[in-house]
Amino acid sequence: MTGLLAALTLQAGYNATLVTLGAALLGLAAGATGTFLFLRKRALVADAVAHATLPGVGLAFLAMVALGGDGRSLPGLLIGSAVTAGLGLLVMEWIARRTRLAEDAAIGAVLGSFFGLGVVLLTVIQTMSAGRQAGLEGFLLGSTAGMLFQDGLVIAAGGTAAVLATWLLRRPMTLVAFDPGYAAALGYDVRRIDLAMMGLVMAVTVIGLKVVGLILIVAMLIIPTVTARFWTQRAGRVVWIAGAIGGLSGYLGAAISASAPALPTGPIIVLMAAGAFVLSLFFAPVRGVLASALRHRRFQARVHRRQGLLALARHDPIREPFTLRLLRREGLIRPDGVATDRGRAQAARVLREERRWAEARSLHQDTGLTGRYDGLTPIEEVFTPDEIAEIDRRLGRPFAVPGGV
Amino acid sequence: MGAEFVQFSLTPMLIGALAAIACALPGNFLILRRQALIGDAISHVVLPGIVVAFLLTGTVAALPMLIGAAGAAVVAVVLIEGVRRLGRIEPGAAMGVVFTTLFAGGVLLLEQSDTSSVHLDVEHALMGNLESLIWLGASGWGSLADPAALAQLPPELGRMALVAAIIGLLTAVFWRWLKIATFDEGFARTLGIPAAGVGFGLVITSAVAAVAAFDAVGSIIVIAMFICPPAAARLMTNRLGVQVAWSLGFAVLSAVLGYVLAGYGPLWLGATGAVSAAGMIAIVSGVILGLACVYGPHRARQGAAAEPAGR
Repeated sequence: MTGLLAALTLQAGYNATLVTLGAALLGLAAGATGTFLFLRKRALVADAVAHATLPGVGLAFLAMVALGGDGRSLPGLLIGSAVTAGLGLLVMEWIARRTRLAEDAAIGAVLGSFFGLGVVLLTVIQTMSAGRQAGLEGFLLGSTAGMLFQDGLVIAAGGTAAVLATWLLRRPMTLVAFDPGYAAALGYDVRRIDLAMMGLVMAVTVIGLKVVGLILIVAMLIIPTVTARFWTQRAGRVVWIAGAIGGLSGYLGAAISASAPALPTGPIIVLMAAGAFVLSLFFAPVRGVLASALRHRRFQARVHRRQGLLALARHDPIREPFTLRLLRREGLIRPDGVATDRGRAQAARVLREERRWAEARSLHQDTGLTGRYDGLTPIEEVFTPDEIAEIDRRLGRPFAVPGGV
Repeated sequence: MGAEFVQFSLTPMLIGALAAIACALPGNFLILRRQALIGDAISHVVLPGIVVAFLLTGTVAALPMLIGAAGAAVVAVVLIEGVRRLGRIEPGAAMGVVFTTLFAGGVLLLEQSDTSSVHLDVEHALMGNLESLIWLGASGWGSLADPAALAQLPPELGRMALVAAIIGLLTAVFWRWLKIATFDEGFARTLGIPAAGVGFGLVITSAVAAVAAFDAVGSIIVIAMFICPPAAARLMTNRLGVQVAWSLGFAVLSAVLGYVLAGYGPLWLGATGAVSAAGMIAIVSGVILGLACVYGPHRARQGAAAEPAGR
């Protein structure tokens, strides 16, 4: 426990601190960037892009060794991975555009065959550099042990650049995500903006290889965004909430992973984000399951209340048990079903509202106004007081609901 | 090409081909139903399923592994559907949330549990190890008629053959249902075909194929086997039966050619050793798909090019 506390407060040593900060930045960048991918409904394209980085890592290693280098320099490997990830992206777009195969088939095809190529290159490297561990397998699931200061710098700089680019491009990307046709009509080059978005996704994927690994980086792009979606309906806020969730998951995940052995960084970070997702799915105030259920329940109660009061006003018997329970609880009817004074008053109000609406609908042919009649919207919200006065004049004088049922 | 071939190459090649067949068969329908990425999701959740099965039984026997992975596939499908409905999220994102989370859980469980005594590690699970499935008991082609040698065949071969046979049988038996439910779900329902059940059965079958093939080629390359041969076949014809036949041909070609290239390719290039056969199989299947994309007679979208109407 003290280990975890130390890691959380960045006291667990140089390397753990580096990894924790790097993971937090990466999470922030991935969450913000992933939002646009999600809004564009292309979440799983990122999966193919991520898997397509593996051959690039292998090729870059081979190239650097052939040039007499060490082969393990992180910037070199990342550039290589970006090249094949971009290639995979282009192949995917080409298949989806040029042939009748759907995008999902293109995603799967690129993902599988590029990963296969990567595995082949890894075996080539294994036989070639016998006795010298290349350690490229660490890119599969992320390996943060023994991360160098330069590596941390690369991740931090890349993450910051990705966040900045997301911020600069947020308006055109939002526009294209919601209405590509309108964006095109405004003069934006939709294809280029899409490419820029995928470029950002690629950048985040490449930066995340070291920390989260290529198999799970897609989770960092998807889960924070989907989670943020439960908290707000506004695209501009989703970006930053997703960034915050991603950053927090990265921070907590890396700290927890540093605090004990056999806790791989990538999976822990993903599980942190998944925990936030599950909590939000059920308890978020805007679109969470609990909030939706409560809203539905309140709506149901309003409908039942109105139907019950109308029945009271018209002296119809009420047999619906939920309606009866509701009216009794509010003291509108007595236990034997007879309306109380308050119940009669409320019933009269509801009936007057109903008659006003009926009159209004016969007066106005404008469905923009009368179309808002759903039995629950108060007429005062739709018509002006003088209009309502005119409706009341036509209805005649008020009336009371007589007692007894 | 004598005794050595039978000993070291025949069984891996057969297993690879059978795995490719078992995956390509359901893959045909997944592609047509635009559910290709269900294959992606399933192949990722195979890992947690196998780990949980191992933790519960303590062995790496075939049956618990199969059940565990199929169970994980069912759990994943149910979760994806639940997340999609409860959270009102588009299916792709729901899938992405569920399978990455389950995969992360699987990796964590695997790292936490003591699997040093058994052959179960993340890399093997991801990449497979086709080359290790050799037939040491063989001494030449004559061993095919020798019961003592046949008894030493790797158990994976029998398992893979059984799974491929079962999937082939299921496809043949439910052919009409699958065909109708795939192309027109509404029409299928009016005929009294349980379309939802057919869809679910297809997913379970894919899961079983993925698990069986997982041993040989690992969980990621399974995706290539699910998608590449059927996708290439889809560009060759407009008839479902012919498409399935093409996909089987492509699957076997990928497996055999991939294995040969992996085993002998480096030697031809003057290098020593061999490269990953599973990876090479995936590459070959990708190349076949690429060729089909460029030269396939039915590669164009319907209506986009001069193509006769109707299928």
